[in-house]
Order: sequence, then structure tokens, then C-alpha cells
Amino acid sequence: MNLPKKQRERTSSSQRSTQEPGWVKWSLIGIAGLFAVVFLFLPLINVFVQAFSKGWVHYFKVLADPDTISAIKLTLLVAAISVPANVIFGVAASWAIAKFEFRGKSLLLTFIDLPFSISPVVSGLMFILLFGVNGLFGPLLDHLGIKIIFAVPGIVLATIFVTFPFVARELIPAMQAEGSDQEQAAMTMGASGWQTFWYVTLPSIKWGLLYGVILCNARAMGEFGAVSVVSGHITGLTDTVPLRVEKLYNEFDPAAPFAVASLLALLALVTLGIKTYLEWKTERDEHQGQQLAREVVGEPGKNFARDLPAHSPK
Amino acid sequence: MSIELKNVSKRFGEVSAVHDINFSVNDGELVALLGPSGGGKTTVLRMIGGLEMPTDGDIFIRGVRVNDIPVQKRNIGFVFQNYALFKSMTVFKNIAFGLKIKKWKKPEIEARVIELLKLLELEGLANRYPHQLSGGQRQRVAIARALAPKPDVLLLDEPFGAVDAKIRQELRQWLVHLHHDLKVTTLFVTHDQEEAMEVSDRIVIFSRGNLEQIGTPREVYEQPVNEFVARFIGVMNILELEVRNGMARLNELAFPAHGVPEGKKMKIGFRPYAVQVSPDLTQYGYQAVLKHTYFLGVMLRLEIVLPSGLVVRSRISKEDYSKMGLQDGMCVSVQIRNYRILSREDEPLTQEVATSYDMPAHIAEGI
Repeated sequence: MNLPKKQRERTSSSQRSTQEPGWVKWSLIGIAGLFAVVFLFLPLINVFVQAFSKGWVHYFKVLADPDTISAIKLTLLVAAISVPANVIFGVAASWAIAKFEFRGKSLLLTFIDLPFSISPVVSGLMFILLFGVNGLFGPLLDHLGIKIIFAVPGIVLATIFVTFPFVARELIPAMQAEGSDQEQAAMTMGASGWQTFWYVTLPSIKWGLLYGVILCNARAMGEFGAVSVVSGHITGLTDTVPLRVEKLYNEFDPAAPFAVASLLALLALVTLGIKTYLEWKTERDEHQGQQLAREVVGEPGKNFARDLPAHSPK
Repeated sequence: MSIELKNVSKRFGEVSAVHDINFSVNDGELVALLGPSGGGKTTVLRMIGGLEMPTDGDIFIRGVRVNDIPVQKRNIGFVFQNYALFKSMTVFKNIAFGLKIKKWKKPEIEARVIELLKLLELEGLANRYPHQLSGGQRQRVAIARALAPKPDVLLLDEPFGAVDAKIRQELRQWLVHLHHDLKVTTLFVTHDQEEAMEVSDRIVIFSRGNLEQIGTPREVYEQPVNEFVARFIGVMNILELEVRNGMARLNELAFPAHGVPEGKKMKIGFRPYAVQVSPDLTQYGYQAVLKHTYFLGVMLRLEIVLPSGLVVRSRISKEDYSKMGLQDGMCVSVQIRNYRILSREDEPLTQEVATSYDMPAHIAEGI
């Protein structure tokens, strides 16, 4: 009767010896919590409070403004082009990197990360230097009558550049972890390259891909710096939602920028929600699988007797 | 003839992985490709499967040269070392995959999958995902999936490598039974000589990209063609002898010269069971000390040291051991009953020439 109690004491004391004292734990939690509240939660609340400061009617009136509507349309268009473009690039790049050995592989990896390390303003400027009136291809484009800078194509290009790494970065580690055995197995059973990709590769990367798409989309819709440089800020023509927010902020109605900004905040919340759901789902699938496998396996010796087909000689 | 390899070589850049291999596999045979890692056995299997292209030579499956036939069209079943099950598909869909690709009709697919689930005793697991299965179950799903499209040959890469020792033992027998029932030509790769001996009809032994010997388990055990095979299959005593005064000698041991000229060397090998031991010091020709006894179950292995320090391993049954009253540290007499010449300095040995010799009585009785 004494033994269990003694054991319990021993475990609890050993647990205590590996833990920091309580005040360390609580002050760390406190600091992190305080930062979250002051820098993340309060500003977010403030956006919505300001947006509705003049009431519901005013809020929707701001959103229904033709210039705002056109900004929303442009943002959706830009996202609709740049996200699929990045999906195609991301799948191709991660496939190449994960499944093949080739020269310049690490160089390609570095290039994929480039947009993360360059300031968005500089990225925008690069396109000006390439396609602007005095840029490298400026005269040629002018001659052909194609307008890229201060027009929609420039905005799309800048957005694609900035969102470049999102899908690829999600997929490369996932594909590298998978290896190519499943694809080879499919091929031994007669599957063509396309069938292999469609039936085997794509399903195994779908959650990673979706995750990358969501992050890519959030960034594509929210990008300010690079887009601001190439857009030219033509109201009703080349203003995206973030640019529209800035423009309204410089005008006289204090509630208007927040009303438009609340759309972006909402997008952020939805993104966060989906992201959390995806993470929760993958984790739960894995956990359930492990649990089932454990039930199946049970004790190693015992399991096998039940597991192994008993062969009767014919 | 189900599979035939003619002068097949494979180089990866500068490295020669497989060198001029020739062998054939009969219809319905179960053949092991055996060798140490890096021996080229997996490369050979992958070349037959079409996952690697040979640099030289021809590969035939059912009489058709398949060098230029892509993996998709070779009609082979391949079981990967780590099974490579489709993680996002259930057991049912895994097994049905090859049939779906081959455009079988739905009811036919269903019937075939159910047949295989029954054959591999996987009923009730059809809707599980691979990560919800134990190692042994995964392996059987992989085999079922490979067998589903009725392949001409079944190729397995280290089929028991990823399960633990206890399950592996039972899976071996299970593979023998399955092969017995299905009669599909089967090649499997292994580095475990015991596994190869136990499971296969014939063994192909590789080392460093060369084919060393092909034969039944009994042939490669009793008649190894060279030192590598002798050492790789089971325990072997190997001695390097030099011919002096008409006898091939090493320390106090002397054997007939078998025509090897004076001053030249030869290597012989003998299995532990060929070494006879007696507590009667006058019974056999050489006197020695029983240094250590290893208990291996029914059989015991004895380490016997000759006066010159030469160590010879012997194997006897537990029964004989206690009948003779042997124990460590005892003086014993020994004889080597028969042996094989593994190499000789005066002429290279070919597979046909390598023969075993029974020790002539007058020599065995002592010199």
C-alpha cells in the first residue's frame, strides 16, 4: 500500500526538478500575452471600432463608393492571376528540386527565397527600371504600344514577384520528405507521368499546397510596397485595396480608410482561420493514424499470431 | 525461361555498379539475389524492373528483349523496400490502382481486389489507410498491389528489411507458401544469407558488381566456388597452404598437394561440421585444445586451438558433446574430414574445377 504513494512522490518531485519556478513561467506568459494584446489584438479591434465609428450606413456607403469597388475588383483580379501563376511555378519548382538532381539546384533555391529578403519597394523599383519609360525595355514596349508600368500588368508582375516563394517554400520540404518511391511504384503499375502526378503526387501534397495558396493569396491581396511603386495611383484604375486605404487616409473622412481596411483585416482573420483548421486537421489525421496503428500493432508478439495468414498446405 | 540477362553491365558515371552479368530464371522459380550492400543486387533487380537502364547487355522477359520497353509496359510487379504504399489511398484503392490504370472494368476490379484481400488475409482492412497498418500488414498490401495486375514476374527489394526479426522469420515461410500457391516467377533481393537459404529455389550471389555463383542453397553451401562465397554463406574455416616436400602445409597441418607445384600456395575451406573431435587423443591425427564452446541451440560451435596457435571451428550436436564428455580447456584429437580447394596459385579455378575432396584415410589418421 505504501509503494504507490512513494512512487507518486518520486515522480512528482522529479517533475518539479526539471521545471523552472512558477514565477518564471508566469512572467514569460505575461510578457508574451501583453505584447499580443498591445501590438496585435488592440490595433485589430481599433480597425473595426474606427470603421463603424460613423455607423453601419456610412460603413457600407464607403464600401459602395465606385472607386473602392474598382479597387476591390482590381485586387481580386491581381490575386486571380498571381495565385495560379505561383501555384504552377511552385509545383514545378518544388517537383524539380525534390525529385531531380541537377546543376544549379541550390542557386534555384536561393532565387526562390530572394523576394523574402528584398524590400518590396526595391522589388517594385526593379520593374520600373526594367519596363519604365527610361527602363531597359521601355523604348521597345513604347514602340509596341504595350503599357506595363502604371498599369495593371505592372501590378500583377510586382505581386507575382513578391509572392513568389510562398507555394514553393511550402511544397519543397513536403515533397523532399515523400521521396519518389510512390511515383516509381505507380510507374511499375503502368501509370504515365501525368497519371502519376494526378493520382499520387497531387493528393500527397494537397494540404501543403492549399496552405501555400492561402498564404500566397493573403499576401497578394495585401501587398502595398511593391505595388505602390509600379501602380501610379490612378484612382479608379490602378488602385488596389491597400493603396485605396492609404489614399482615403490622406483625405478628410476619418472612418473611410478604416472601413476599407476592415476588409483586409477580415481577409487576414479568414486566412488565419483556414490556416489553423488545416494545421489542426493534419495533426488530427496523423494522431488518429498513430492511435489506430498502435491498436492494430498492440504487443508485437501477440499481434502477429492474429495478423499472419495461417497457411494450410494444399 | 522467364527472365534472362546477357552480359549486362551498369555504370553510374565512373562507378561500375554491375559488371557483365549473365543468368536466367526459369518460369515459376523463386530466386534470391544475395550479396553484401553495394554488391549490385538491387541495381540488377531495378534493371529487370525497368527502373534503371543497363549500360550494356540485354535483358529478356519471357523471351522478349525489354531494354527499350519502359517500366510502364513491362508487366512486372515491384515491391519496394519501404513498400511505397500510396499514403493518400485506402488499402482497397492501393490494390486497385494498377487495375484502374490498365482500364479494367469496375466490377472486375472489385472482384480482383477482393480476391487478393482474401489471398493475403487482409479482409477487414480494405478501408484503412497505410499509416493505420502494422509493418507486416503494409508489406502484404504492397505484395497484393504488385500482384493485382497479374504481372509476369514479381520483384521484391529487401522484402523483409523493414520489419523486426521475429516477424521477419514468419514472413519468410509465408512468402514460400504464397509462391507455392501462385507459381509466379519471383526474384527477391536480400543481404541475409540465412533468409536466402531458407526461402529460395536458387541463389544468385553478388559481390562488388560481379556475379560470384548461382546455385541451389545446398550447392552454394556445400560447393562454394571461391573464398568470397565460402565466407559469405555460413561459417567456413579457410586456410592458406604452401606446398613443401610434396604436401600442402600450414603449421602442423598437411594436406595432399593436388598437383600444385612445390613452393606454390593454395587456399582450402571446410565447414565446421567437417571437423571431427574426439576426447580420445589417439583417435584422430592432430592433437589440440578445446578453447571455447558457443551454444547455438541444438548445435554447438567449438573453437579448437592447435599447438601452433592455429584456430579451427567445429560444429557438433549437443548430444554428441555431452556423450563425449567434452568441456572447455580439454585436450582433444581432431581430423578434417573433407574440404574444398577455393583457389590455387598455379591455375585459376573455374566453377567446374572447384571440387571438394575427402581427406585420404592415411592422412586423416595422422602423419
